Amino acid sequence: MTTASTKTTKTGAAPPRRARRGIGGGRERLVQWTFVLPMAVFLLLFFCYPVSRNLMMGFQQWTVASFYEGGAPFVGLDNYVELVTDPVFGTAVLNTALFTAGSLSFQFVIGLGLAVFFQRRFPLSGVLRGLLLLPWLLPLVVSGAVFRWIYDEGFGVLNQVLLGLQLIQDPVPWLSSTQYALTAAIIANIWVGVPFNLVILYSGLQAVPASLYEAAALDGAGPWQRFRKITLPLLRPVIAIVLMLGLIYTLKVFDMIMVLTGGGPANATETLTTWSFALSFEEFDFGQGAAVGNVLIVIALVFALFYLRSIRDSIRSEGGPR
Amino acid sequence: MSTARRVTNTAVGSVLVLAFLAPVYWMINVSLQSSDALLRTPPAWFPADPTWDGYVEAIHTQGSHLLTSLVIALGTVLFTLLVSAPAAHALARFRLRGTLALVLVVLLVQMVPGIVMANSLYPVFSQLGLLDSYAGMILADSTLTVPFAVLILRTFMSGVPGELIEAARVDGCGQWRTFGSVVLPVCRNALITAGLFSFLFAWADFLFAVSFTTGNTIQPITVGIYRFVGNQTTNWNGVMATAVLASIPAAILLLTAQRYVAAGITGGGVKE
Repeated sequence: MTTASTKTTKTGAAPPRRARRGIGGGRERLVQWTFVLPMAVFLLLFFCYPVSRNLMMGFQQWTVASFYEGGAPFVGLDNYVELVTDPVFGTAVLNTALFTAGSLSFQFVIGLGLAVFFQRRFPLSGVLRGLLLLPWLLPLVVSGAVFRWIYDEGFGVLNQVLLGLQLIQDPVPWLSSTQYALTAAIIANIWVGVPFNLVILYSGLQAVPASLYEAAALDGAGPWQRFRKITLPLLRPVIAIVLMLGLIYTLKVFDMIMVLTGGGPANATETLTTWSFALSFEEFDFGQGAAVGNVLIVIALVFALFYLRSIRDSIRSEGGPR
Repeated sequence: MSTARRVTNTAVGSVLVLAFLAPVYWMINVSLQSSDALLRTPPAWFPADPTWDGYVEAIHTQGSHLLTSLVIALGTVLFTLLVSAPAAHALARFRLRGTLALVLVVLLVQMVPGIVMANSLYPVFSQLGLLDSYAGMILADSTLTVPFAVLILRTFMSGVPGELIEAARVDGCGQWRTFGSVVLPVCRNALITAGLFSFLFAWADFLFAVSFTTGNTIQPITVGIYRFVGNQTTNWNGVMATAVLASIPAAILLLTAQRYVAAGITGGGVKE
């Protein structure tokens, strides 16, 4: 941080600049801070305070009574002990892992495939690529509602198509059976996440020099070899960022699951996020809801640190992450 | 590349896009069919006999929620830009002690799961009377948009030529005057981008909406759709018509500001 600023003061020590710093420097600095002040106050009130409060609530018995009486007794690790011994805990952790891994891997592979395809230059490629962004821009609740109809046992188009193709004999209860609900939710979430992967991977591919491909083609490398030996290695930093961001965002997916299944049937689609919501806002045990939220914070933080590491250099240089 | 291959690519690309956007097609298709038609199986592939019934019902039952979301989203845009634009300028331009740390904080706060914010802000909002209020929703949604806007605006603002700013300073403009009359006009496109995305985030927010509104006084459209789907699973044309209406901001963004969309995704790298 200060490396850049000390450098400018030392090397760029042109006399007028130093003079201005010397005389009006203090006041100037104060005025500069007024630019940052509103955001700093907002971050303090709406991030630092809530996050620290949530950490505290995890150790408190926070119930409906707390709203009326104000107090919430500290109970140590009780909330965490109760969570871990709750049979839903294992289900929620496993579902979160499956949901995240399933969503991420398919979003990535489909996104990469589309990005490679749209790297070719052909008429309308820009327009078509733009249209592919639509699922990402739609409110998740809208996508959820649409998929709920698609999966509808009686009238949904999915069952009708599968019946028509004679792939199934009876309508499948996609969302109301414990067997299929999680897969159905993952498929819907993959659809939403593909555009994000596509855009970032596509911009990564633009940075791969075309001359490398030409040289490899001259050496007799086929398309698959070129992809494996040139595209993948050069894309590695971008891939790392896409996967890490995708992971952090998929961990906290809420809207899609709530609209499709509400975490059911029989907790079949309950993830840590929906469980935390259910504990707080349906059972009004905010202490336990906070405890689950804290588990999510820790997981997100671990990957956030990886993410920050991988973009460290681009923050230092002007412009921030790309 | 030969013409034939280019044409083949366009054809393949079109088929891929059509297949991928099939759910969107079904949303529009279903929204234009009558309730009776939807109870027949198999569903009609085209709205052969289109009707606006679904839209009439959508506006009748969800119209006020659309308005509520509009007010919240516009308020969020205004608040976000007021807070983020000066901060982004400072982070891009001034060599203040601790600014890089601030950038890191802004990046980090985007990783905080929304459920944590909802959980811990609920008691606070309850105490301050911010539940079921526009102010509360605008403040809550701004936690999604402020970090995003700061990052994206910072990227653009660091590209403003230093000579422009120096010239204004030499002419005797103060820091804020320079910011208002030089930086902001030059960064108009960036402000539009950040504003559009803030609008979209606030419009699409569901978690805060469902946590902080009980549905009695104000109810954003996302909660409206959620309850609509939950209550009437046979009234699919009304639900889908509402979904289409709720998609309008996204469609406008895609049609009018397509070139900013990619910048928004890569610049801020966020979406709930």
